Amino acid sequence: MERVVTRAGIWFAIMVLTLLAAATAADSGFATHMVIVCLAAGLCLWLTVSQADYEAIARGVLRMPIDPSKYDDDPIRWGVIATVFWGMAGFLAGLFIALQLTWPWLNLEPYLNFGRLRPLHTSAVIFAFGGNALIATSYYVVQRTCRARLAFPSLARFVFWGYQLFIALAATGYLLGISQSKEYAEPEWYVDWWLTIVWLAYLAVFVGTILKRSEPHIYVANWFYLAFIITVAMLHVVNNLDMPVSLLGSKSYPLFGGVQGALVQWWYGHNAVGFFLTAGFLAMMYYFVPKQAERPVYSYRLSIIHFWSLIFLYIWAGPHHLLYTALPDWAQTLGMVFSIMLWMPSWGGMINGLMTLNGAWDKVRTDPIIRMMVMALAFYGMSTFEGPMLSIKSVNSLSHYTDWTIGHVHSGALGWNGMITFACVYFLVPRLWQRERLYSLRMVNWHFWLATIGIVFYAASMWVAGVTQGLMWREYGADGYLVNSFAETVAALHPMFALRAFGGLLYLAGAVVMVVNVWATILGKLRSEAPMSTPVYDPVKDRPIVAVPAE
Amino acid sequence: MASKRIDEPTGTETVGHEWDGIEELNTPLPRWWLWTFYLTVVFAIGYVIAYPAIPLLSHGTEGVIGWTSRGQLDKDTKAAAAAQAGIHQQIAGLDIQQLAANPDLMSQAVSGGRAAFLVNCVQCHGSGAAGSEGYPNLNDDDWLWGGSLPEIEQTLQHGIRQPGDDATRTSQMPAFADILEPGQVSQVADYVLSLSGKGQANAAGAQVFADNCAVCHGADGKGLRQFGAPDLADAIWLYGGTKAQVVQQVRHPRHGVMPAWQGRLDPVTIRMLAAYVHSLGGGEDFAEIADAPAEAADEQP
Ligand code: HEC
Ligand code: HEC
Ligand code: HEM
Ligand code: HEM
Repeated sequence: MERVVTRAGIWFAIMVLTLLAAATAADSGFATHMVIVCLAAGLCLWLTVSQADYEAIARGVLRMPIDPSKYDDDPIRWGVIATVFWGMAGFLAGLFIALQLTWPWLNLEPYLNFGRLRPLHTSAVIFAFGGNALIATSYYVVQRTCRARLAFPSLARFVFWGYQLFIALAATGYLLGISQSKEYAEPEWYVDWWLTIVWLAYLAVFVGTILKRSEPHIYVANWFYLAFIITVAMLHVVNNLDMPVSLLGSKSYPLFGGVQGALVQWWYGHNAVGFFLTAGFLAMMYYFVPKQAERPVYSYRLSIIHFWSLIFLYIWAGPHHLLYTALPDWAQTLGMVFSIMLWMPSWGGMINGLMTLNGAWDKVRTDPIIRMMVMALAFYGMSTFEGPMLSIKSVNSLSHYTDWTIGHVHSGALGWNGMITFACVYFLVPRLWQRERLYSLRMVNWHFWLATIGIVFYAASMWVAGVTQGLMWREYGADGYLVNSFAETVAALHPMFALRAFGGLLYLAGAVVMVVNVWATILGKLRSEAPMSTPVYDPVKDRPIVAVPAE
Repeated sequence: MASKRIDEPTGTETVGHEWDGIEELNTPLPRWWLWTFYLTVVFAIGYVIAYPAIPLLSHGTEGVIGWTSRGQLDKDTKAAAAAQAGIHQQIAGLDIQQLAANPDLMSQAVSGGRAAFLVNCVQCHGSGAAGSEGYPNLNDDDWLWGGSLPEIEQTLQHGIRQPGDDATRTSQMPAFADILEPGQVSQVADYVLSLSGKGQANAAGAQVFADNCAVCHGADGKGLRQFGAPDLADAIWLYGGTKAQVVQQVRHPRHGVMPAWQGRLDPVTIRMLAAYVHSLGGGEDFAEIADAPAEAADEQP
């Protein structure tokens, strides 16, 4: 079947060459002849392609086993590949904008300037990398925990491809300068409409599969997935209510203006964090951590209580992004207190994840995948402690508009979302491609350390930068005048920006190691290497390494 | 579906369900978790009572301690203003020329001016006031419009070539592309450069200069402040000192514009800014200069 690809490639190359020749021909006779050859090559191309068996080609290229399990795993395999691919794209964009902030001459006008690449980065990591991971794992988890094949298999495939189209439209739009200037909701109206269709199809596939289940109860991971899908649908639609200027143009104007617009935007923005980056990823955690640890979930009761309290509280916390703005005082107060109450419900997920390792703590030492999961949960706990703290008005008056926010974002995004996704990819790839094991477990270990050290550089430099910036902005001299100009505060951050970019480089390097490992695993290679450790079970060592007092 | 059993490593009972091999333990809620959660709820309730919080029909509840963000801002700005009120009054009451004679007040004005400069002026003049192409260096004693305290204050109040301000400093160097032959432009450019020891002095150029340029730049090329015409003999350039740059300025002159600050900044701040700019190194003593009408410049070809 590879032959079809090669042949089609040759015909296509001939077409391109003859077309070029026709366009640059010296006389019209030669041009006519070249067009004739081009048409002939086109005919051959069409004949070759129309006889192809695409399914088999895809299977060959992606080395996919012929649906061997009782579950529908093809879209999940594509999703895993898409996750890894978009992850690389997003991290690369992140590194590049980090370098631009350090060395502004890297602003390449107009397509690759900071203003266009920043939303490219945030959308690539959140929606392309995170979104594909969520869709793929949700398909995997819902089938297995419901013991049912995916409902509406064609619709499930439509969701995958439709979502990739959404990503491609959004990304190229940013580079071309199309944006409605709402953070995390930059795509314009027609892309929003398309995503709405795709998302409703996703909801149908997911709910359909749950309805088909042959299990009496719905597993907690599925509650989280469902909360994520439904809430994101609602947020997306409300925040993107707008009126296109013309049905044949990209520009539109939003329904809500002024402070209402800001409130709706951050109601959306915060719940994108709460339901996309938290609830969805907690769902991944609830399936993959107990699977990899081979231990029961720590507490069923905790999972119920923290699920409902999380869902109920998150939705009100948005105004903490608008403290000390034109938003009325009462709304700011509510945003702050709901954020503070959110602390324990968030930690419920961390406790349930970490304490699931009770009885398997030795695996932290022996299994790098478990180690990634533990690190992810630790960063989740850290950023959900930091978040409520940043919501306190007096803290926010220092941190707001500074790099402290950026540090907070990335300790959550790199530490929690990134690490748990990597762990899931490592769990899934050998199972989906029916390999005995990963190509190399030692490379997972390398990835773990590169990523961890990268995060430390990123987060530490941004904390220092944020606090420095906040203090310099508010610094008054003895005579009652401001001491620093804005440009001076920017200059003071330069070394921190360089350190952040270095952290990003390490993180990206870790991801490159993952790409090699995943690729080799898919190709069916096994690296001959010494095992990570010789697992001799020692009951004395089998105790929590994190001091979480439990009853 | 598995039924309830005791999980061996933890000794805890399971709930009895099983999904794809995953079971759940029936561990009770960690007590510290629950109590911390209650604590945050109690804090939230207290905070909601104390601060504006519950939306009602026309406005929200006001909170028992009566705090508002506007009120706090008002209090803070008033306190800051009160702390500086004495100094401000003294600066406002003085004639600006007398400021230099009062070192204490002068140093207060300079530090206030420095703060205002960092906010309002650095984006054009640079954070060290060293300027860049088109934006004059304010550290040197090469003044376009004058470097004494009253002259600087006047420049700041009314801006430079600021449309709509009658007292703005203004003048217009003609575009000589339409007036002189290219050869003449080249000769005069060489002559101009020769004034600062760079180009080839030549009689033809000197003649063109005397006929066309001396009205504004002075017979010796040392500039005339009533027209804001720069000194061409000092090797300090606003628009660059290569021959190409000089030719460009002669053929299609650029004209710097600076906003008028009167109305944007209060008079005391402008006065303090003048003191700050004056203190940068090039400040001059005040000497009455002939107040020639700036418009006169336009009449010259
Ligand atoms: C939008 C840019 C801009 C800003 C902002 C600006 N300036 Fe200027 N300034 C200029 C330009 C351009 C000139 C030169 C105009 C010319 O070519 O005559 C100038 C000239 C001056 C001069 C006259 C210099 C001389 O040699 O006579 C002074 C004094 C001055 N600026 C002070 C200030 C102060 C103080 C501030 C802040 C309140 C400020 N400027 C803000 C653009 C700016
Ligand atoms: C009507 C008055 C006027 C006349 C006539 C005039 N200039 Fe000027 N010239 C100016 C002014 C005013 C500026 C400063 C423009 C600014 O500040 O943006 C200037 C600037 C320049 C500069 C740039 C100086 C620098 O520091 O970069 C050069 C060079 C120059 N003039 C050369 C000439 C020559 C040569 C002639 C005669 C052919 C001439 N000017 C005639 C008013 C005049
Ligand atoms: C190689 C790794 C990464 C690097 C170097 C990087 C770098 C950056 C930089 C430089 C910014 C702009 C900061 C600013 O404007 O001051 C940014 C913003 C952002 N990044 Fe990343 N990033 C990386 C990975 C990620 C990942 C994995 C995620 C999410 C899963 C993420 C989510 C975000 C978000 C949400 C923002 C916007 C933050 C805000 O507006 O407050 N990043 N990133
Ligand atoms: C209890 C949980 C959390 C709370 C209360 C919280 C609170 C906050 C606060 C107060 C800000 C700063 C707003 C500002 O000053 O502009 C913020 C910003 C942010 N947080 Fe969190 N946070 C939490 C958890 C998380 C997690 C787990 C993540 C990511 C995985 C995350 C991602 C972000 C992002 C992306 C921003 C930047 C938004 C922007 O300005 O673009 N947060 N959060």
